[in-house]
Amino acid sequence: MSVNYPLVQARASASLAPRLTAGEELVKFVRTKPLGVVGALIIVAMALLAVFAGTLAPYDPYQGDYALQFARPSAEHWFGTDEFGRDVLSRIMYGARIALFVGFTASLAGCTIGALLGVTSAYAGGKVDLLLERLMDILLAFPLLILALAIASILGPAVQNVVVAIAIPIIPRAARVVRATALSVKENVYVEAVHALGASRVRVVLQHILPNVMAPYIIMVTAQLGSAILTEAALSYLGLGTAEPTPSWGLMLAGSAPSYAEKAPWIAVFPGIAISLGVFGFNLFGDSLRDTLDPKLRRG
Amino acid sequence: MRTYLAKRLLLIVPTLLGVASLVFVIMRVIPGDVALLILGGDQAGQIDKAQLAALHRQLGLDQPLLVQFGTWLWGVLRLDFGTSLWTGRPVTEELLIRLPLSLELAILATIISVLLAIPFGLLAGVRQDTWVDYLVRVISIGGLAIPSFWVGILVILFLVIYFGWGPPLEFTPPWVDPWKNFQQMVWPVVTVGYRYAAVTTRMTRSTVLEVLREDYIRTAWAKGLRERAVVVRHALKNAMLPVITLIGTEFAFLIGGLVVTETVFTLNGVGRFVVDAVAHRDYPVVQALVFLIALCFVIVNLLIDLTYAWFDPRIRFQ
Repeated sequence: MSVNYPLVQARASASLAPRLTAGEELVKFVRTKPLGVVGALIIVAMALLAVFAGTLAPYDPYQGDYALQFARPSAEHWFGTDEFGRDVLSRIMYGARIALFVGFTASLAGCTIGALLGVTSAYAGGKVDLLLERLMDILLAFPLLILALAIASILGPAVQNVVVAIAIPIIPRAARVVRATALSVKENVYVEAVHALGASRVRVVLQHILPNVMAPYIIMVTAQLGSAILTEAALSYLGLGTAEPTPSWGLMLAGSAPSYAEKAPWIAVFPGIAISLGVFGFNLFGDSLRDTLDPKLRRG
Repeated sequence: MRTYLAKRLLLIVPTLLGVASLVFVIMRVIPGDVALLILGGDQAGQIDKAQLAALHRQLGLDQPLLVQFGTWLWGVLRLDFGTSLWTGRPVTEELLIRLPLSLELAILATIISVLLAIPFGLLAGVRQDTWVDYLVRVISIGGLAIPSFWVGILVILFLVIYFGWGPPLEFTPPWVDPWKNFQQMVWPVVTVGYRYAAVTTRMTRSTVLEVLREDYIRTAWAKGLRERAVVVRHALKNAMLPVITLIGTEFAFLIGGLVVTETVFTLNGVGRFVVDAVAHRDYPVVQALVFLIALCFVIVNLLIDLTYAWFDPRIRFQ
């Protein structure tokens, strides 16, 4: 009977490093990253608020009541009312929808386009790489907020335009990170082997390179989520994001809110807390996820 | 080394040319007419067509776009950024009025961030997953999460309204009246500094984590060195490279990133100037600012790459 020694050895060494199932990974994450769990809980709470805003919100976020202008926080209006007599709590609940929508779509779109460009750049090399890299350099050298500001001015204030304005500056940042990873993945022997087997270039990229750049991609998406929400708030604050009467957290702090601050500080205080808490949750979660996913940071 | 430097300098040219073209195109695509805005709004039929055409001619906006672009680019090459369409004064002059404030804000915020970020980031990295690490991370992630315009609103709310304290409105350079300057700049500097300290602390922490897993750190431990020596002499030195990069690029961007802070604190700096210029369609001002920020960014990037070589002898230029 012939024994295939290399195979046995490979099996033996493979079993030395236990492969965790998804459930076990989750348990490990919860045990070792309590901050990440806190972040995840904040995200879940925010998502629930956004999904069930229709049922949870005590009032219509668009419907003002001039008799109730600047009402103090009370049992009826927990967070008070604004200059149009609209319920601040209800507007914050609906605002979670805008924040999540803009955050997810902008960071997913920006990172995905960036990742595809990064992989293309790394795999194609040569002139394509040089050209794409210069293009990314140009976008990178362009100050982020001014770029978003200009794009928002071109497209006009609307939620989907804000997404575009925020996504474009993310593209070169994601492309750079993914390109660097793809360059090192490309040099692996197995890529050469797949080539030798006669696989097409598209197949090599899709099946063998893309899966290996997923970790930096996921890290980028989670890292950009929080900052996308923050940029949306900043653009709305500057009057270039979502337009009235859409309930957006940044918009609630814009324009006249600071001038009413003396009379009604709650108008300015609560939306700010909502933005900070939301972005805080995403960053906390993203940070812990990075600690877990990034092979350079794993405990050896 | 010399060929590397020449190659890098050569690559700057297409990047800057690209930025110049991009900002030119973007500004012209934004709907709205600066001449119409100068004449006081776009109520239909209110404005005399001949007057509008005359103003266009006066501002040079009747020229073909390519000619306008060429004229502007030729001016940039001679460091002449043209005149502001809105105020009629040279752009350079307008910038020089506002630059000291923004520079002071950027420099002080960077100093604060470096002083806080390096020790705390190091501490958090060395003591990963302990309460020190958690505390540093919660505070630094908080710094990233809290929008600066909200901090501005709160500061104004509490100080101005409840304590009756108002910052001086005119910018006073520190060499004229340090106390007045301090009163005006302290809150903006704290706001911006906290944010940048947060960014840099996170970066320091994660690079320290990476470096601590390297083989030579294990060797240093195995030699029987004390923790202090391992961390400070071996880990910190190598962890500093990405941190220096970040500090450099963040500083280059800080000038452009002051947009929101300067708006909320009503500081007459470069950041607010650019927002107003975009709103007024004041093309030469926006073009000049974006070009200068890009130039800063490119130069800082080059300097960083050169510093890398200086700090890390393993990096050889090809």
